[in-house]
Amino acid sequence: MKLLTCPINGPRAISEFACGGELRAMPDPAASDDRTWADYVFNRASLPGLKREWWCHTPSGVWFIAERDTATDTVHRTYLFTPELLAAGART
Amino acid sequence: MPARLLKFAFSRQHPEPRMFTRHEKLKSSYDVVIIGAGGHGLASAYYLARDYGIRDVAVLDKGYLGGGNTGRNTTIIRSNYLTPEGVQFYDESVRLWQNLSADFDLNLFYSTRGHFTLAHTDAAMRTMRWRAEVNKHYGIDSEVVDRQAVHEAIPSMDIDCAGHAPVLGALYHAPGAIARHDAVAWGYGRGADRRGTEIHQNTEAIGIEVEDTGSGPRVTGVRTTRGRIATRKVLCAVAGSTPRLLDMLSLRSPIVVHPLQAMVSEPLKPWLDPIIVSASLHVYVSQSARGELVMGASLDPYELHSTRSTLDFTEALAAHMLEMFPFLSDVKINRQWAGMADMTPDFAPIMGLTPVQGFYLDSGWGTWGFKATPVCGKTMSFTVARDQAHPLIAGFGFDRFAHYSLTGEKGAASVGH
Repeated sequence: MKLLTCPINGPRAISEFACGGELRAMPDPAASDDRTWADYVFNRASLPGLKREWWCHTPSGVWFIAERDTATDTVHRTYLFTPELLAAGART
Repeated sequence: MPARLLKFAFSRQHPEPRMFTRHEKLKSSYDVVIIGAGGHGLASAYYLARDYGIRDVAVLDKGYLGGGNTGRNTTIIRSNYLTPEGVQFYDESVRLWQNLSADFDLNLFYSTRGHFTLAHTDAAMRTMRWRAEVNKHYGIDSEVVDRQAVHEAIPSMDIDCAGHAPVLGALYHAPGAIARHDAVAWGYGRGADRRGTEIHQNTEAIGIEVEDTGSGPRVTGVRTTRGRIATRKVLCAVAGSTPRLLDMLSLRSPIVVHPLQAMVSEPLKPWLDPIIVSASLHVYVSQSARGELVMGASLDPYELHSTRSTLDFTEALAAHMLEMFPFLSDVKINRQWAGMADMTPDFAPIMGLTPVQGFYLDSGWGTWGFKATPVCGKTMSFTVARDQAHPLIAGFGFDRFAHYSLTGEKGAASVGH
């Protein structure tokens, strides 16, 4: 059984979690043109490699960030979200 | 015929024709380079040579022929889609499939079985009626049947699915079929090879070269692990590796790669004639010509670029299989595997021209690419030869996301991915 470590609840079975996709900074909806907004809505950085992703521990509803390698499925770190993460150049 | 066999064994030149010609060297240039020697790439090469006389073509593959998703799917062929674009496209594909064995002079074991998509809820019945009406409008044999009809067609199935998912009815699609997937790649490959196309296995594309023409970038060549090739046209048909190829051209796309797993049981005497799909139970199953039950389920729930398979998948799928067919409890699973599915947000493919001139894309095939193999070859060869998108793929363009004009096919995906 594969485990994932929730920052609040500790290690739990992967079946208790839902992946919310990569951590991305949203452009200002009022200031961006249609093309920029479409790029944000649809396009993804889909190369294999180390990524920051949103994950949710569904029984407790805890959303957190996991650093996971999408080529090997190894999770390096998990921690709670802080707004500085977006400023620190999250891959988009 | 022992004497003939002995002679054959000792002859220096094998008198029997090989399936493909082995090419020792890459040429320095080709008219067209196709990346990906799977069903889609080889079908495109075949129709380019046969219908457009374009034979100076190299088909490259980093692995072996048909070793990607062509050899990893569950071989189901159907055209009961939801959008007019999808329905017309797959209908043309089914028509091509039906003549393919004769076209290749190779037995594809194409077997028309009939295809039931079970509905266990009122909402599912509504989608089935919607699909049936769209299908009928385009002349496709598709109808909604009731619970009793499902029971009569598949008497061995528990119609209540262990009591908690009773079947209310189904969408029945009589032309639903299965075919031998490897033979499809071999048939197209041999057909293209005989017409002069070169197939190069173990040749990975590591870069795509472009020049700036003033009106945007244009393809000038492909760098491979066996040297550089000059070419003006590149067709990319690499399924789960599409993001890596697009990255070589700095193109962004909505494609996200998820593994899709499947498994087969040990061979059984023939007992299951139709193909059965249940979205609620996340199961699709058919019985192959060898007697194995070929089973698939939904996508793995998160992005991963790997073809590993998991016990979670086997357990969940086996449990659902037993809800439908409790008598299978003693049957063993023989093999399981996974493919990398390139998923799009609207569950329709991304095909045709791209912002880079001379770079053509056949991608976003996610979980539904095998059944489209012939029509992809037809439409992509047209697109490459004429440098304009074939009318059948107009709704699948790369730029549709920038214009917010999606082609929503999620309702017709076989299970709720």
